[in-house]
Amino acid sequence: MVAVTVAVVRFGGSNCDRDARRALGHLGVDAEIVWHEDGLPADTTGVVVPGGFSYGDYLRAGAMAARSPVMAEVRAVAADGTPVLGVCNGAQIGCESGLTPGAFTTNRSARFQCEHVHLRVENADTPWTAAYDEGEVIELPIAHGEGRFEVADDRLEELRADDRVLFRYCDADGAVTDAANPNGSTDNVAGVLGDRDHVAVLMPHPERASLPDVGGTDGQGVLRAFE
Amino acid sequence: MTAYTATVTVRLKRGVLDPEAETTQQALERLGFDLEDLRSADRFEVDLEADDAAAAEDRATEMAERLLANPTIHDYDVEVAEA
Repeated sequence: MVAVTVAVVRFGGSNCDRDARRALGHLGVDAEIVWHEDGLPADTTGVVVPGGFSYGDYLRAGAMAARSPVMAEVRAVAADGTPVLGVCNGAQIGCESGLTPGAFTTNRSARFQCEHVHLRVENADTPWTAAYDEGEVIELPIAHGEGRFEVADDRLEELRADDRVLFRYCDADGAVTDAANPNGSTDNVAGVLGDRDHVAVLMPHPERASLPDVGGTDGQGVLRAFE
Repeated sequence: MTAYTATVTVRLKRGVLDPEAETTQQALERLGFDLEDLRSADRFEVDLEADDAAAAEDRATEMAERLLANPTIHDYDVEVAEA
């Protein structure tokens, strides 16, 4: 059997790296935390860029980590077909590094928000959402101050037309409303795909909703992309 | 080579919500000030050596493109002066 090892890239200030490793381990996926300066292991079969506050959110959240040497490696393995997931700060890093479109910036409230949200699965035909049905409503936690998705209008139209939006913030019944939009994200977008289906980012935390005893299990489906 | 200071000003594009600026405006109004609008921007002063002002501006522009600004949400301008 070929060893499957997902690299969880730790920067100074990452704080969801252990959660990600534990959640993947719970699903039977071997994962190891990799210090960014050490680079990706040769046998990397998947990459998680975890949440946190890399580089203290200096300049913009994710801006510094996105330009670190390890992210050039992540872009290279992504180009070769390795699945890459960015969560929260990892999502900010993903957009800043050009892996995924748009940008995540200051919440509409101008505050850090830590709460549970509902998400509607917009496209179930991806590795990250294959465990769900299109239109299904899942519940995940968010914890961010800069999670408002911004993208140019014409780019948003392209994303919609190409079915690149993974999740949108909605209410418990699946209605995508402004009231259910926790941070003012454009078109309620909570997660998007990169140019190819095996690269994705989202602001909510699937790894914090993957252990039955802690926070529910709705997030497991996202992580099953690494199985 | 001549010493220059390139000033890079990075601001949100028109139409992009700026919650921090809105909060700042509200705080000013709470202090009794009367104002119509408020916009914030980041300013970076970069000291560098270049053959001429155009070369200094080119380099500072590339800095803005590659790091200081995020083209999805920001506009920027660059001004160069001899240090």
